[in-house]
Amino acid sequence: MTKASVEVRGGVGQSPTRPDGGLKVKGEFAYSSDLFADEMLWGATLRSPHPYARVKLVGVGGALRIPGVHAVLTHADVPGRNRFGLEHPDQPVLAEDVVRYQGEPVAIVAADHPETARRAAAAIEVEYEVLTPVTDPAAALRPDATVLHPAHETGNVVRHVRVRRGEQGLRAPVVVTGEYTVGMQDQAFLGPESGLAVPAEDGGIDLFVATQWLHVDQSQVAESLGLPPEKVRITLAGVGGAFGAREDLSMQVHASMLALHTGKPVKMVYGREESFFGHVHRHPAVLKYEHGATADGRLLYVSARILLDGGAYASSTTAVVANAATLGVGPYEVPSVHIDCYGVYTNNPPCGAMRGFGAVQACFAYESQMDKLAEALGMDPVELRVLNAVSEGSTMPTGQIIDSAAPVAELLKLVQSKPMPAPAADDLREMPGGVSNTTHGEGVVRGVGYGVGIKNVGFSEGFDDYSTARVRLEVIAGEPVVSVHTAAAEVGQGLVTLQAQIARTELGVEKVTVLPADTSVGSAGSSSASRQSYVTGGAVQAACQAVRASLDELGHGDIVSVLGDRVIEHTVEWRHRPTESLDSHGQGTAHVQYAFAAHRAVVDVDVELGLVRVVELACAQDVGKAMNPQAVEGQIQGGSAQGLGLAVMEEIQVVDGKVRNPSFTDYLIPTILDMPPMPIDVLELADPHAPYGLRGIGEPPTISATPAIVAAIRAATGMALTRIPVRPEHITGT
Amino acid sequence: MRVNMEVNGEDRTADDVWEGESLLYVLRERLGLPGSKNACEQGECGSCTVFLDDVAVCACLVAAGQAQGRKVRTVEGLADGDELDPVQQAYVEAGAVQCGFCTPGLIVATHDLIQRIPSPSDAEIRESLAGNLCRCTGYEKILDAVRLAASRMEGAS
Repeated sequence: MTKASVEVRGGVGQSPTRPDGGLKVKGEFAYSSDLFADEMLWGATLRSPHPYARVKLVGVGGALRIPGVHAVLTHADVPGRNRFGLEHPDQPVLAEDVVRYQGEPVAIVAADHPETARRAAAAIEVEYEVLTPVTDPAAALRPDATVLHPAHETGNVVRHVRVRRGEQGLRAPVVVTGEYTVGMQDQAFLGPESGLAVPAEDGGIDLFVATQWLHVDQSQVAESLGLPPEKVRITLAGVGGAFGAREDLSMQVHASMLALHTGKPVKMVYGREESFFGHVHRHPAVLKYEHGATADGRLLYVSARILLDGGAYASSTTAVVANAATLGVGPYEVPSVHIDCYGVYTNNPPCGAMRGFGAVQACFAYESQMDKLAEALGMDPVELRVLNAVSEGSTMPTGQIIDSAAPVAELLKLVQSKPMPAPAADDLREMPGGVSNTTHGEGVVRGVGYGVGIKNVGFSEGFDDYSTARVRLEVIAGEPVVSVHTAAAEVGQGLVTLQAQIARTELGVEKVTVLPADTSVGSAGSSSASRQSYVTGGAVQAACQAVRASLDELGHGDIVSVLGDRVIEHTVEWRHRPTESLDSHGQGTAHVQYAFAAHRAVVDVDVELGLVRVVELACAQDVGKAMNPQAVEGQIQGGSAQGLGLAVMEEIQVVDGKVRNPSFTDYLIPTILDMPPMPIDVLELADPHAPYGLRGIGEPPTISATPAIVAAIRAATGMALTRIPVRPEHITGT
Repeated sequence: MRVNMEVNGEDRTADDVWEGESLLYVLRERLGLPGSKNACEQGECGSCTVFLDDVAVCACLVAAGQAQGRKVRTVEGLADGDELDPVQQAYVEAGAVQCGFCTPGLIVATHDLIQRIPSPSDAEIRESLAGNLCRCTGYEKILDAVRLAASRMEGAS
């Protein structure tokens, strides 16, 4: 069916206000930690203090005797499979004989007050035999390393992806090498892991949680509870940010076990410290690169060895490895590529999904290399990038042809041509160090740097990536009303707004209700990989088109008179075009769509104290179609902020497998004082394969912001800066 | 223990309060006012900002007993029924709300700022809101919202 889109207020391409905005500003939006039920108990978790230990004995008697305690449960009480995991079910719900990271759950408690529950957890006696942890990912690869998961076929290697393209073993007139290190970043969403589990009369469970993918939670929870999936009904509670950290389970099975055991609703809410142990982080990485180029700056080859620390459990490490490998040379034409990328098990905190995963780590390395190469060639760094930039029709190192717009050169030129910000005024608040009064301008040097990145949108490598939408059209009180029902997780990005916009545009009906996301409708897939506008957007569009076709069969004209008291409802499962797995040389059309962003960073650095102030962070991004221009800007600015955090401040510091800074006092995320103005250029070059021509937008800004800022600091200081986040001592060399 | 306070203009009583409970806990779990948020509970993020006798404080850092006999105004006490106040309206319009978990604290902190400085400069906005963490927006649209609210409130006064 072909149909011209209908012009309607609040449709696609406009920026209607969020339907949940009013509730959120009034404090009335129900987040997962705000839920309440009569006779509700509070859950708490006892976690391992050791990164690697044998669990000899768990004594629960003392905890059970505390007044107000209703249950103390261990692995012996897990009703079903005591394992979960996104890609490999390798993680215990509650530890059995061994704990593999500091913070691994060992026992859970339900009590009538959260403090009672915490004290009871502390009263559980656990006897550990402490083992020597494997904390160096390079050591984990050695043949004599302790094997952390004996059942895993490839030892401590979760996944190794090779990419071989073109003639191997080339030499080049100009060669630069470098080794780069990326620290462990945390998603640091503000709403802690939390939810409410309510035991149901049919022996099942009703779970209200903040998550990114309801159905993958449902299947894992059901497996561990030993229940059929239909007895695990999940409703999305209000989500206080996600950024990848809610793809894995946290308290879902624990709260459900306690609720089923006690017969009462159980609420679990992690505190901030516990949150740092309650979800996966961004993979730390060590990346060794060699770039070879002609004397006039054309890339001849790139070889790289990338090592990603997956921590104690697999989580989404396999996908992170594939991204780092397949996107490892960046958005550049490279005739010869040789990449080996490894993700390994260690006894460090488990790592998994965070905005831009795999692509973030690689981008810091390949963009640092491009700057180094430009310097070796005596070329302008933007000119070198433009010379080698991919464009539509280019071949990626996987052999995949880029078959839609890839305006890498244009994005770079856009940020380059932005007017430069004014020199710092004679105002302490504009100095590095701010009102700490560390400088009045002496020792302050300005630097400018550029970065550009590439990200795959959606799930890759042949994954059956789909979303389900149910759309209903009826006449209520004399006017047409559309309701849209999906299981897609609104995590802050504005998907509820977008679903309504699509329905308005497709059906020409202004009054659209987006129903709460739950498992009574089919899977929408994950709110991750920049995919929901594309995939759930595509599903909502397709379901609306099915409704429109049924309406057209009834007759033409005014909806109210054609429809009468009839109801039209269609449920559609929608897939993007299929992708392929990678072969043993990393070849295959593995990705659905590529997305690109470029940044220019301007920084002032106090070179004596090593303090950095980012003065301006300009971004240009191709979004295919700006479905909601205000939300696009919000994604770009928010994503850039997380990239800034990784560049200059954010790192979970892990020493001997133990996290040293699990708090917002010691793990710093950018405040409003740290964030500069962020001018934006948005390109809308339609992707003919995607709904409305749109391109996923969430991740690219996080990817290129970091290397642009570090390049600017290098320009100001002359320091090599091969590790992020950049610390003051890296700048001062002290 | 029993704690009495005036919350959003009403006299409220909480019974069986454990001495270790914070004002934030009592508001959220005993008085049915979960609008003030629990993002860090150590005074770093500002998500629980409320007015205590007209002074903006982190409710997580106030022991419940310290609020005895005092006036508390929370994010729930700002709107007039369904009508958003100008700060709330500006946050929604400017796109300053994404996940929204930081928003209640920022709304209260913005009220506090505009009461002190009716037409704040960007530097003053940044300084005043530096205690409120937001992970979604990068703060640009929060600045837009504060500027918009201040201009409207200035125009209305």
